[in-house]
Amino acid sequence: MLSRVANSLYWMVRYIERADNLSRLIEVNGQLLLDHERLDSERLRAFWKPIILATGDDELFGELYSDASSGEVIRFLTDDRKNPNSIVSSIAQARENARMVRDQLSEELWEELNGLYLFINSRAGENLLTTDPTRYYETIRRATFTFHGIAAASIARSESWEFMDLGRHLERADKTTRFLDITSFLPEVEDGNGAATFHWTAILRSCGALGAFRAEHLGQPSAKSVLDLLMFSNNFPRSVRYCVDRIDRNLHRISGSPRGTYTNGAERVAGRMLAELAYGSAEEVLESGLHGYLDDAQTRFNEIGDGLFRAYVFPDITDARPPIPAASVSAVVAWQMSQQQQ
Amino acid sequence: MFDAYEANGFFDEMFDESGAVRPHYRTLLNRFSSYPAEDFEARRASCDQHFLRQGVTFNVYHDDRGTERIFPFDPVPRVIPANEWEHLEAGLTQRIIALNLFLHDIYHEQHILRDGVIPRFYIEEAKHYRPEFRGMNVPKDIYIHICGSDLIRGADGTYFVLEDNGRCPSGASYLLENRNALKRAFPGLFESLGVRPVDSYPRELLNMLHHVSPHREGEPVCVLLTPGCYNSAYFEHCYLAREMGIEIVEGRDLVVMDDFVYMRTTKGLVRVDVIYRRIDDDFLDPTVFRKDSVLGVPGIMRAYQAGNVALANAVGTGVADDKVIYYFVPKIIEYYLGQDPILPNVPTYLASEDSDRKYILEHLPELVVKAANESGGYGMLMGPSATQEEIAKFKEKIIEDPRNFIAQPVVSLSRSPTWCEGSMEGRHIDLRPYIIYGDDVKIVPGGLTRVALRKGSLVVNSSQGGGSKDTWVLK
Repeated sequence: MLSRVANSLYWMVRYIERADNLSRLIEVNGQLLLDHERLDSERLRAFWKPIILATGDDELFGELYSDASSGEVIRFLTDDRKNPNSIVSSIAQARENARMVRDQLSEELWEELNGLYLFINSRAGENLLTTDPTRYYETIRRATFTFHGIAAASIARSESWEFMDLGRHLERADKTTRFLDITSFLPEVEDGNGAATFHWTAILRSCGALGAFRAEHLGQPSAKSVLDLLMFSNNFPRSVRYCVDRIDRNLHRISGSPRGTYTNGAERVAGRMLAELAYGSAEEVLESGLHGYLDDAQTRFNEIGDGLFRAYVFPDITDARPPIPAASVSAVVAWQMSQQQQ
Repeated sequence: MFDAYEANGFFDEMFDESGAVRPHYRTLLNRFSSYPAEDFEARRASCDQHFLRQGVTFNVYHDDRGTERIFPFDPVPRVIPANEWEHLEAGLTQRIIALNLFLHDIYHEQHILRDGVIPRFYIEEAKHYRPEFRGMNVPKDIYIHICGSDLIRGADGTYFVLEDNGRCPSGASYLLENRNALKRAFPGLFESLGVRPVDSYPRELLNMLHHVSPHREGEPVCVLLTPGCYNSAYFEHCYLAREMGIEIVEGRDLVVMDDFVYMRTTKGLVRVDVIYRRIDDDFLDPTVFRKDSVLGVPGIMRAYQAGNVALANAVGTGVADDKVIYYFVPKIIEYYLGQDPILPNVPTYLASEDSDRKYILEHLPELVVKAANESGGYGMLMGPSATQEEIAKFKEKIIEDPRNFIAQPVVSLSRSPTWCEGSMEGRHIDLRPYIIYGDDVKIVPGGLTRVALRKGSLVVNSSQGGGSKDTWVLK
C-alpha cells in the first residue's frame, strides 16, 4: 500500500472517531446541565472550562472567545470552522482524507461519509443544531457508527484495515484519557453533596460506559471504580487498556513481527504501555496523581503516532529523493504533519 | 412534453426538417412522452442528488472555499444509430493512426517536413513541440494512447472534427457515470432499445497500459499519476484508478533511483512500469520542465528516456493539439495513409498564411478566432457576438502574432432536445468520443455529449456553463 494512502486512511478514521467523541461529550454535558438548572453563570463557566482545557485547545479558545459560557463552548467544539478540532472540522478533514483515498474505499463507505459532510454543511444541519441539538449530535454519532459498521463489513482485513483500526483506537484511547482528565481541572469539590459523583457519572456517560459500569459495580461511581473501567478494563471497548491492546495488535499485523517483540518505535511504546496497563492499578494511579498519569499517557499516544509515521509514511531511509518542497504539501497535509510532530 | 418543441433553424438530432421524429429516436420519444412533467423533473433531480452524494463533482478553481460542483446532467440522451457510428469509428481510427505516425515522424526523421507537406516552422514554433526528445523511442511507438477528439455536426448534419485532445483528455468518467445515472433514474428505459454498453472503457484502458509496458517479466505495475485532490478532474482520476484496480499516485509518492521509477509503499519501494499520467508535460519533471512545479517527479524524464517506464500519453503529444497543426491533419492523413480523410475538419484559415490572414482580418465579425494552444473555451473570439472593441483587440493580436491564431466560420452546432426547467428546448451539443490506441484501436461506443445549457450559447465547456448527456450508440 502507498505510504500516503496508509496515512490518509489512518487520519480519516481518527477524525471520524474524534467527531463521535466530541458529540458525546458535548451532548452529555449539555444534558447534565439541564438537570442542574440552578447553576449560576459562574458555576456554568466552572463547568465548561475544564472541558476546553481537557481537549487541549484552550489557547485557541482564548483567542476566539471572551467567555467560556455554554453557548460559546458548544459553538467552539461543534461548528466553529476556525477550530481544527471541532466536530465540523473533524468531519471535513475526515472527508478530505477520504477523498484522497477514494479508490480504496467501498462506494457505500464514501457515500456515508460524504452524506455526513453534506449534512453538516447544509442549512438543515445548521437548523437542527439550533432547534434540536440532541438530535443533531445523535445524527452525527449514528453516522459515525454507520461508518464504522460499513467499514467493518466492506473492508478486507488487509493492511488498509489495520491502519484504519489503529487510527480509531488511538483516537479513542486518547479521548478517554482526556475525558478522565476533565476532573483534574474541576475546582476542589466539597464532598458530601454528590458533586464528585455527578462528574464521574458525566464522564461515564460521555464514554457510553454507564451501562457497563452498572453491570460491574454496585453503588455510585468513584474515582477508583471509574478508573478501573475506563483505564484498566480488558473488555470494555473504550477503555485505554482495551484500545492499547488493539493498537499493539494492529502494529504487529502491519509489521508482521510477533507480539511481545518490537521492530519500530511505535511497537515499543505500545508494548510497554500495554504491560504497564496489564499490571497497573487505579490505586497506584490515584496515589501518583491522576493528571500527571493521563498526561503521560497522551504523550505516549503521540509517540505511537509519531513512530508509525516514521516507520511507514516518511521513513528516514528516504533514499536519494530530495525533501518535498513545503509548497507542495497541502494545508491539510501540513497540518497533519504538525499534529504528528506535537 | 415535446408539444411546444421547436426544432427549426438548426440541425436537430431528434426531429427532421419536417418536424417528424427521426426513426432512431422514436422509441425514446414515446417512452419519455409517457412521463408527466413533474415526474420527469423529479427523476432529473434525483440524478443531481445522486451525483452530489457520490461526490461526482469537479472543483472550481479560484474559489477559496473549495467549492465542488456537479457537472449538470441532462436526462435526454443523444442517440446515434449504428451506421452513423460505424462512420465515426472509421474516421476516428484513421485519424489516431495518422496522428501517431505523424508524431513518430516529427520526433525522428521528419519526412513530412522534408517533403514540404507542413512548413517546418509550424512544428518548430509549436509551443508543445519537444525538440529534446527527437530520436527518442517510446514503447511500441505509440504517442497518443488516449485521444478525446471533439466532434460537432453542422447545419446539414455532417460530422466535423473540431479538435483533437491528445494530451490528457478528461471526461471519460462522466461518460460512464451518466449511463449509470440514467439507468438508475429511468430503470425501464433501456429494455429492448438496443443501446450498446460502455462499461468496457476501464478494461480497455488497462489493457492498453499493459500493452505499452517496457518490461516483459511479470504483471506490469501501472499507476495513475494525478496532480492531487485539488485538481478539477480529481474525481475522474480516482474513478478510473479504482475501476482499473491500479494505484492513484501523486508526485510525492514516486521516486526515481538509477533511472527507474518507484512508488513509496508501507513495505518499501515498488517499481512502476507504466504511468497513466494526468499531469501536463510542463509539470511532469521539475528538473527538465517548469522548475517551480511541485506536482511532478524529479528525474522521471531520465527514466522515461532510458526506456524504463512508459508514459501514457507520451511526452510531446501536445504538438498535435496545436490548432495550427489541426489545420494540417487532413494532409497528414493523406501523407501517411494515402487515404482521403473520412471525417472532415471544420474549414480553417491560418493567420500566418498571407491570403488567409487577409481574409480573416476582413471578415472577423463572421468568424470564430482561436488561439493555437488554449483550451476550455479560453482565448477565443466569437465574431458574431463580439463588440467592436473586442474585434479591434483581436485584430491587433493576430497581426502581432499570426502563428498563434486560426479562424473558422461559425458552425451552427446541431441541437438536441434538452430538459430546461419544465419543458423541452433545443440546445447545442458536441461529442467527445474516447479513442484508445493499444495493440489495436478501441473506441467505446458512445462518448461524452456536452450541451450548452444557456439558451443560444454555443459554448459547451463545463467551466463555461455546459452540461452533459448520456450518449447512446444503437446496435
